[in-house]
Parts: sequence; structure tokens; C-alpha cells
Amino acid sequence: MANNATIITDPDPIFGRLTLDSIPYHDPIILTTFLVAVMVGVGVVGAILYYGKLKYLWDEWLTSVDHKKIGIMYIIAAFIMLIRGFSDALLMRTQQVMAVSEVEGLGYLPPEHYDQIFTAHGVIMIFFVAMPLIVGLMNIVVPLQIGARDVAFPFLNSLSFWLFVVGTLLINASLYIGEFASTGWLAYPPLSGLEYSPWVGVDYWLWALQISGIGTLLSGVNFFVTIIRMRAPGMTLMKMPVFTWTSLCANVLIILAFPILTVTITLLTLDRYIGTHFFTNDFGGNQMMYVNLIWAWGHPEVYILILPAFGVFSEVTATFSRKRLFGYTSLVWATACIMFLSFIVWLHHFFTMGAGANVNAFFGIATMVISIPTGVKIFNWLFTMYKGRVVYDSPMWWTVAFLLVFTIGGMTGVMLAIPAANFVLHNSLFLVAHFHNVIIGGALFGYFAGLTYWFPKATGFKLDETLGKWACALWTVGFFFAFMPLYALGFMGMTRRLSYYDNPAWNTWLLIAGAGALIILSAICVQLYQIFASIRDRKQNRDVTGDPWNARTLEWMTASPPPFYNFAVLPTVHDRDEFHYQKENGLAYQIPERYKKIHMPKNTWAGIVIAGFSLIMGFAMVWHIWWMAIVGAVGMLVSYIVYTFERNKDYFVPVETVEKIENKRYERMQKQTNKDAFDNDEITAMPA
Amino acid sequence: MTDTTFHNDIQRDDHDHHDYDGDTLLGFWIYILSDCILFASLFATYAVLSSSFAGGLTPKDLFDLKLVLGETALLLFSSFTFGLVMLGVQRKCIKTVYIWLAVTAVLGVAFLGIELYEFFHFSHLGAGPTSSAYWSAFYALVGTHGLHVFAGLLWMAVLVFHFLRDGLSQTNIVRLSCLSLFWHFLDVIWICVFSVVYLMGVM
Repeated sequence: MANNATIITDPDPIFGRLTLDSIPYHDPIILTTFLVAVMVGVGVVGAILYYGKLKYLWDEWLTSVDHKKIGIMYIIAAFIMLIRGFSDALLMRTQQVMAVSEVEGLGYLPPEHYDQIFTAHGVIMIFFVAMPLIVGLMNIVVPLQIGARDVAFPFLNSLSFWLFVVGTLLINASLYIGEFASTGWLAYPPLSGLEYSPWVGVDYWLWALQISGIGTLLSGVNFFVTIIRMRAPGMTLMKMPVFTWTSLCANVLIILAFPILTVTITLLTLDRYIGTHFFTNDFGGNQMMYVNLIWAWGHPEVYILILPAFGVFSEVTATFSRKRLFGYTSLVWATACIMFLSFIVWLHHFFTMGAGANVNAFFGIATMVISIPTGVKIFNWLFTMYKGRVVYDSPMWWTVAFLLVFTIGGMTGVMLAIPAANFVLHNSLFLVAHFHNVIIGGALFGYFAGLTYWFPKATGFKLDETLGKWACALWTVGFFFAFMPLYALGFMGMTRRLSYYDNPAWNTWLLIAGAGALIILSAICVQLYQIFASIRDRKQNRDVTGDPWNARTLEWMTASPPPFYNFAVLPTVHDRDEFHYQKENGLAYQIPERYKKIHMPKNTWAGIVIAGFSLIMGFAMVWHIWWMAIVGAVGMLVSYIVYTFERNKDYFVPVETVEKIENKRYERMQKQTNKDAFDNDEITAMPA
Repeated sequence: MTDTTFHNDIQRDDHDHHDYDGDTLLGFWIYILSDCILFASLFATYAVLSSSFAGGLTPKDLFDLKLVLGETALLLFSSFTFGLVMLGVQRKCIKTVYIWLAVTAVLGVAFLGIELYEFFHFSHLGAGPTSSAYWSAFYALVGTHGLHVFAGLLWMAVLVFHFLRDGLSQTNIVRLSCLSLFWHFLDVIWICVFSVVYLMGVM
């Protein structure tokens, strides 16, 4: 077994299966990571205590129900996990460069460690990078875009976030205590069953996903209700900004798909913990049912990831082409079509299972049909740019890079949708290349475009433009180097998840892919430096008006960063591009005659405390420490019940406070206008 | 902006008029929708494994329809008594609410009692959750419904304390309305369980 630890089958009443042996201190790679993580952790905690920021942190962030702050926390967590997930990618790429053959070397990673790395990479990148990036963006943007003051259920929003954090904590704990699953990111049985994965790896997978998945489901309900019920007056469904539309569709998918994940994970949990026979080899268990169930969730999941990214591109393209979005209605319908179709294609993930020619043909055709609404969208964006005055700021760079990369990925997807071709390409690096092509080139580039675009809204200053363009260029070039060779390798017969191989012809291509990974590494470094440099130079990049890009939708109407209540006076919507309409008609930036008191939710301890108990429960379940699991579960329940008995969950912001905050903003804007006028005078006064 | 629109702005901007209870109810309906998907997945699992007995006991050997009919009657009747609870709310009569809530809870407990008896009885006869894939699916589906009923009972208990403290406040009424939705929903699910698991099981 991994790390030579003894597997305790008969758990100790106090410590369960946890022993000192569970900590892999004899593995130098893990030990080094552990020491670095401890040092960073101690450093961060020490700094917080040294500067006396604990109370600030607790009051302003950890217990906050402000959707903008929760959004920022999601994105920070996503970046930390991106670094972890990307480190896994680098480890795999170097291993495959080195592990040429038994004669020339097997690389530096033992197979059981390599298997954990590719599993962790997939799980982290999908659940703990892509999901929080998109939920974070939705948090920051959606309430502002629809002219609302918060989400429908602010406490649930905080709880969702903290449950997600518990998922990340569990998955990171698995690195240092015990092991992680070595099954691949979807943990197919029987490999993930007790017989072949007897230790705690799969259990970490189960509880990390179960807990964060419930958080995601709550988010889905929350945002659905927010969008349906809290739009500003006048904003009919067909006047909603496209990002809100795509978020709405993504949330419908969350509501309909995540319960399937909950059930699937629970059934596997029952198989592993009490010995039921859902997916076992004996007693009538059926592994194919697992594969069907997990993909009935998994395929909608990829559209949960990509649809909001499509929304980002729609906003960015319209803003930077200085034009209305071309074909708004067709884009909305295309999104709705994709939402529907995403539920009838899941079987294309396992054409080789043997469902028969007719079934495969149905799912193959349904899959190809999805490329039609997706193609519609590509043309929407192209025609928006056509004859527009396109401004190539960095969000637009990401969009153009996306159009290029994603289209290629989409076409290889159609190739994979042909069942006959799929029998050859299935499980090969061609598939790996395809889904990185659409997830990086589609979803991730979209999130980066969105982050760059809305960064000034969330923080009050822009990201450095030059560095942003460098990051985009390096990501794109790095992507082509890292993943195009994998298509070739797929055709050459290289299957996925190999810890070593015996075919020297593959090595050159893997070297190129490794170099590509290094280029992506440099891109990530540029991005981190970009954040640092932008914070350093925040005074120069200040966004005083709240509308740094000359944009079109409601979120740009309010200050950057917005006051905690978002809008002093809720806007009335006349047009799809309401803020653009206001600017055109001289209605923007008008100081209202009077303000009213504003009803707002109060911060709450409940989200982080309930999630804290769920961490105790999850960790205890992984290690079979039953008493502690009971403490965790009862703790969750009791703290929630206590929360329901709390009074004073909301309050009114007095008119004077609103007035003070708003006046300050108008003063700042006035100052800026004066300064600009002065600068212009100076220029005109200069002798020619 | 013209004067009239500005005036409208103020009217509408009064956030007190936002219907927060409506948000909660819609949110709860959506939660129930997602719970439907959860049960749909369990029903699908049950259907797939419905003949995977692994040579062991089958539902025909064990199911006692009379007992299940009693169970069903208890649960359906508890839905009716919950309706009486809501009538009490409409009449603002907290006593009616307490009385019928208590009756509902007793019926719920009796339902759970019979279900647990059935589970132990089957297990004792050699059809426990680990006996075969069929029985795993049976316990998962019926047990998840039972767990929901248990959650509903717990919810009732907590709500009683809310009523003792605040009476029939608006918040408490919304809470009770959500629980009422939940309780009726469990009835609907039970009818599916009764038909698909028990009736089809002995066919």
C-alpha cells in the first residue's frame, strides 16, 4: 500500500484508522511540501496575529454575507488551488518526459504516487479551481448586474462558500495525512471500491466532494431565486444582461445535476462503509450504473463551467466592440438549448461500454447537435466585432484567444462524438488534449477575461494591462505547445494516465508538451506578478467613475468598489444595455434628490461554524473515528438550529450614512473631472 | 428623468415592500425540485437493480402488503392533519396548530416505527442492506424517504419552540408553510415508493 502505512481494518475507538504511520514523513517530496505549507501557514497566521488583524478578518470577511466579499474569497481560494493543481500538472509532465523505458529510467514518481497526482489534478482543477472561479464571478457580478443589493439568501451564500472551503481543506489534508484516491478524478468502481482501494484515499475524495457539492447545490438555489425575483424593475427576462442569462442556465443545471452527484457519492460511500452492493463485483452490483450516474451529473457539469464563460465573452465583446451584442435573442436561445441538450449526451463518455449501435448513434448525434447552438454563439461574437470599433484591451485578448483555441477544441469534440472514431480515440491522450482544449481555451480563458474585466469593479483599480496581455499571450502559446502534441500522441496510441511507457517515439512529443507546461508556468507567474504590481500601483490605476471600460450594463453604474448596499437608489431598466442607454440619454451619474434608508442583512457566524463542524465530521468519517463524526454531525445540526433562533438578522442603513457615502463618491468624481479639465487646459496651452 | 418616474423610484425603492417570504417559498420549491432529482436517481438505481437478488431472498418472499398499506394510510392521513394545521394558521388559532401538529407528529412517528420494524424484520430474516444489490437499493430508497420523514419530525419539534417564543409570527408562518410543502412532498414520494417498490415488488 501507498507509503507503506499499515491499514487498520479494525478501527481504534479513539483514533479510528489514524496512526502515526498515516503521515508520509518518509517521502521527501511530500515532506518538503508539508514543511513549506506549514511555514507559509505559520507565517500567515503569525502575520495576522502580529498586526492584530484577527478581529478585522472575522468581522469583515469570515462572517461576511456581502456577495462581493464572498466572491473575492472564492477567487482567492481558487488561485491557491490553481497553484496546487498546476504543480500536479508539472509533476506529471516531468514524469512523462523522464519515464521513457525500463532501460532509460522510470522517472522519479512511484506509480501509486503518480496515480494520486493525476487524480488530485483533475479533482482540484474542476471542483476547486474552475467551480470557485465561476461561482466567485457570479457572486461579484450577478447581483450588481440585475440591480439588487445582495443575493436572495445571504446566510446560505456564506454557508456555501465555507462548505466549499471545507472540501479544499480535506483534499489538502489528504496530501499530508494518509493518501488521496489513485482512481482517476471520477473514481470508477470497482477500482474505487473497498477491495481495490482499501485505505483512505477514496474516502477523502468522497467527503471532499460530498461536502463541497452540497455547498454548490445551495448556491444554485440561491442564485436561481436571486435572478428570478430580485431584478430591478423594468428588467424583463429578455432585458437581462447575457452573463446573468448564462448564470441562470448554469444554476438550473446545478439544481438539476448536483443531486445526482450527491446520490452517486452516497451509494459509493455505503458500499465502502457498510458493505452494500451497488457497484461491487459480487452480489449483483453494477459498475456500469455508476458510470451512467456519475456522467448524468458530469456532463451537465461541464456546461455549468462553460456557460458562464460564454456570458463573460458576450459582455466583453459588446463592451470592447463599442456595439450592442449581435443577436442577443439567438444567443439566449442557444444557451437554453445547450442547457437542455447537456442532459441527453452523457453516454458519449463511454461509447465503448457496449450499449449497442442504436444507443451510441443517438448519443453521438445528440452530441454533434450541441455544436450547432455553440456555433451560433461563435458567430454572435464574431458579428459583434464585425464593423465594431474593437478596443484591444486585455479582456479582449482573452476573448480572441478563446475564439481561436476553443473552436479547435470544439471540432475535436465533434470527432470524438463519432462512435466509430471514439472506439479508437477513447481513453487516449487525444481525449486529454480535447478536454483541456475546451476547458482551458473555453472556460478558463473566459474566467480570466471576466476577472480582468470585473477586477476594477470589485477592488476599485484596474489590473496592469501590459502584464495582462503578456499573461494571455504566454497562456495561449503555452497551451498550443502543451496540448497539441497530445493529439498526435493520441493518434500514436498513447493512452492516458501512464506513469511510464516503453515507446521512444513518444518522448519527443512529451518533451514539447513539457516545454509547453513551462510556458504556462511562466504565464501563471506573470499573472501573480500582475496582481502584485497592480496592487502596488493601485493609485495610478484607480477607477474613479466606476466605469473604467465605457461599458454597458448596470454593474458599471455604481462606484468601484461598490458600497456594501450596491445601489443607493435602485435603477429602473429601460433597455437591454441600460447603463449605455443612460449615458447616451444624459441620465447617468445624476445625484438623486433624496435617499431612503436601506434594508441589509447582518453578518453571521453561522456559515463558518456549521462548515467547521462539517470539516470535523468529514475528517472523522475518512478515518472512521465514529465519536468525532457524531460530534461533527450533531454540531452542524445544533449550530444551525441555534442560528434559526437568532433575532436581529438584518438592519436598516440610516439615510445619513447613505448620503455620506454617496456624496464622497460624487466629490471624488468631481475632483477627477476638474483634474482632467486642468490637464487638458495645460495641453492646449502648450505652444505648438 | 421626469418627475413622475422619480416619484415611482421612491415608491419602488422602499425595500420594505420586497416580498422576502416569496423568495423563501420559491427557494423552498426549488429545493424540493432538487430533492425530486435526488429521489429520481434513487428510483433509477432501484429499477436497475430490481432483479439483482444474487440468488438470495426476493421481495415476493418478504413483503407484507397489509403492513405497508397501514404505513401508507398513516402517512397519507398525516398529510391531511397537516392540512388542518395550516387551517389553524389561517384562523390564527395557535391551539389548533399545536393539536394537529402533535397528531401529525404521532402519525409520522408511527410510520417510522413500522418502517423500522420492517427493516429489522427483513434483516433478521436474511435480507439486510448487504445481502444483495437489490436489498442495498431497497434500503437506500426507502431509507432515504424515512430519513426525510425523520428530518420533518425534527423540524416540527424545533418549530414548536419557535412558536412558544414568537407565536404565529410571519417568519414562523413561512417556516410552517415550507414544512407543509415538505411533508406533502414526502407523501407524493411515498406513493411512488408504494407503487414502484411494494406493489411492483410482489407482482
